[in-house]
Amino acid sequence: MDYSVKIGGEAGQGIQTVGGLLAEVAGTAGYHVFAHQDYESRVRGGHNFYQLRISTGRATSSREKVDIVVGLDKASLGLHKPELTERGIFILDAESLKMTGEAEGDPGLVHVPFERLAVEKGGSPIMANVVAVGAVMGMLGMDLSPLLDLLGARFRKKGEQVVRGNIDAARAGYDYAREKCPQCSFAPEKPVGPPKLVIDGVTAVGLGAVASGCKFYAAYPMTPSTGVLNTMAAHAKEYGIVVEQAEDEIAALQLALGASFGGVRAMTGSSGGGFALMAEGLALAGMTETPVVITIGMRPGPATGLPTRTEQGDLLFVMHAGHGEFPRVIFAPGTPEQAVLLTNKAFDLAEKYQIPAFVLFDQYLGDSQWTYEKMNTDTLVYTDYRVRGEEFRKLAQYKRHALTESGVSPLAVPGDAPHVVVTDSDEHDEEGHIIEDGGLRRKMVEKRVFRKWAHIAEEMKGPEPYGSEDPELLLAGWGSSCGVLREAVDALNARGTRAAMLCFTEIFPLPSGDWLDRLKAARRTVCVEMNATAQFSRYITMETGFTFNEIIKRYDGRPFSVGYVLGALDAGH
Amino acid sequence: MPDIKDYKGQTPAWCPGCGNFGILRSLKRALVELGLEPHQVLVVSGIGQSGKTPHYMQCNTFNGLHGRTLPVATAARLANHEMVVIAEAGDGDCYGEGGNHFLHAMRRNPNITLLVHDNQIYGLTKGQASPTTAEGTVTKTQPFGVPSEQLNPVALAVAMDAGLVARSFVGDMEHLTEMMKAAIAHKGFALLDIFQPCVTFNKVNTYDWYRKRVKPVGEDYDPEDRLNAFETALIWGEEIPVGVLYRNPGRPAMEERFPVLAGTPLVKQPFDLETGRRAIDSLAL
Repeated sequence: MDYSVKIGGEAGQGIQTVGGLLAEVAGTAGYHVFAHQDYESRVRGGHNFYQLRISTGRATSSREKVDIVVGLDKASLGLHKPELTERGIFILDAESLKMTGEAEGDPGLVHVPFERLAVEKGGSPIMANVVAVGAVMGMLGMDLSPLLDLLGARFRKKGEQVVRGNIDAARAGYDYAREKCPQCSFAPEKPVGPPKLVIDGVTAVGLGAVASGCKFYAAYPMTPSTGVLNTMAAHAKEYGIVVEQAEDEIAALQLALGASFGGVRAMTGSSGGGFALMAEGLALAGMTETPVVITIGMRPGPATGLPTRTEQGDLLFVMHAGHGEFPRVIFAPGTPEQAVLLTNKAFDLAEKYQIPAFVLFDQYLGDSQWTYEKMNTDTLVYTDYRVRGEEFRKLAQYKRHALTESGVSPLAVPGDAPHVVVTDSDEHDEEGHIIEDGGLRRKMVEKRVFRKWAHIAEEMKGPEPYGSEDPELLLAGWGSSCGVLREAVDALNARGTRAAMLCFTEIFPLPSGDWLDRLKAARRTVCVEMNATAQFSRYITMETGFTFNEIIKRYDGRPFSVGYVLGALDAGH
Repeated sequence: MPDIKDYKGQTPAWCPGCGNFGILRSLKRALVELGLEPHQVLVVSGIGQSGKTPHYMQCNTFNGLHGRTLPVATAARLANHEMVVIAEAGDGDCYGEGGNHFLHAMRRNPNITLLVHDNQIYGLTKGQASPTTAEGTVTKTQPFGVPSEQLNPVALAVAMDAGLVARSFVGDMEHLTEMMKAAIAHKGFALLDIFQPCVTFNKVNTYDWYRKRVKPVGEDYDPEDRLNAFETALIWGEEIPVGVLYRNPGRPAMEERFPVLAGTPLVKQPFDLETGRRAIDSLAL
């Protein structure tokens, strides 16, 4: 079983409510879910949609064709009816949209009076969205009880009457759809596993930070990274985190650096435009060797492009931002689970090597929802690399920027011992005091840039190969497109093309491994990325000299789909 | 008890006669008189001659970027609210490049002390106008005179209801030290704007110029009368009032607004892998 449902409508109509509820009940019931969102940069009006796949197999991308469309506005009919599968059904509340005359006798169109049922059964027109959720579940023949349980839990605080109203509204939608859609032929299959949790990428980045001991988060709100700020704030009390909304992104990074110098793990987050303001602070982190994690939600830029849409457009910017020369690491998760684990790795390496570490995601991954039976916590790490307390007090002397064999100097917590901790944005001596001496400058550069760098590079993992062992077609990509590439590889192999993929999530410094040999061995190599200038492909060429045969690019702000990738591959033949 | 020698640092590389020497000396004295050990103090500074101050003494130091002193100092204090945090900035540093942070530091009211080395000129970049340079002043970069109105930091701070607003002059080190002690002791954000002549590039606002004008507010002055404080902060000319111009002891400090900072400083709150796993496992259905 693998059904796709799309909810289309204006911003503010409750698209996210309907879609989110469906995703959650399907996940709770034990189905796999994949959902993605498309919205405009406006609070009300326009046209948005939320699309989810409910499947008994693992789902890692959206499908082109949909089985059910819930149209909350008039525009949905024209936009999304053509996307229906052959036996697909479009449902809409023709009464409240005043579209009763339209498409009478069309078996693909089912009128469900969301609002009338909400008022009659639930008692309030705002329950129309719950009627719609019930109707979709009725058409899919799903068990309604997970929804009723969820509504009961969600509205418990608002009292018995609200709970009852919502439950009655859901039932009304469910029954109405069962009765009025005899042509609905969607047969539910029993879910394959236990209940699954539903999580989106941006929440996963935030949770990864919480789980890594992040104690300080400062940011200026900016789509699509605001969800990280919200997640940190939601967990602030329970996990002892100070969350501060900064006056601008310049301050956001400076605040994070101040907290980190003070002795706690700190993070900031923004999008490319906000990160542009952080560039000087990034160099400050590099020079003072202050650990910090920066997460960036990419979207089409510059200034500011398509603010709510998606792009992998900031890779080379993040790689090169900041004046001067200093080490950094960049991760780009491809799934919410990787977002948790790589954010954790970012915190670990940031502190271990006293460097800035990046977690790059994009709007698509940030807003995509995936299901898991349980998040993998086996590989989470937490090591406190700082010199503090008794250990610090026992030192005979302390030099913040001591020249060491590994390039890593002791990072002490100021205040814990009679020693003082000194650092400087200017070149400094081992104690951290400002200098002008050329010889010492050279030694400091060699420590920070070369010695540390060699160790950092060893920490990076190459991509896990997926697909054919002996591929004639090798797809490469990075970050958020991994899920689409995985399904594209499955589709290619199913139709007889020996295909494999290499999806990079640990980006910079470029990991070593046998992936380069695999690329060289494949007959046809294609790099797939969501930007106009093939940034990742250029990076690979720059570092290795290897050039891809072809590049599939997309830069209209919309995510890749399996069909898009396959179509582009076919066109390349 | 700490001794002034405990605070001895590198030899300053300032011009002979620079007003910064008086600030450095007074700061060391103030810290000693408050009974603070060097490791209990963090001085955060920016770029410019003022930014070098912490290198010339012994204490924890974060010498960061031009204009960015306040966010670093604020967060360092949030990370460890047992640490005495002092931000040192120049007039260009704090009121120019860092103007936005200055406004928001006053809104936040962290328990930190801001010492502004106000010489009404850019010294390190060789003599351009600063936000506190008088309108009409001719410089190499403002040959037709400074076209903008002079910024009044103390009036601005009173308008923002900053925790403590004070002004002093390096020509009177007794006064300066007392003002520093008052600012450090204040629970909340304290601004101390310090007249500090630049003997090389500012030929207008000299030691003599300030000496003729500065006048300490009287014994009967009530710094908690905000309207009067605002009026006093606006006085500028042949007479310039110095002292604690305004004080609002009632505003809670920023760190008191975070429930997680109610007891143990953030830096001493434990975390382990099990807690990390719990954060993720709490997602499980």
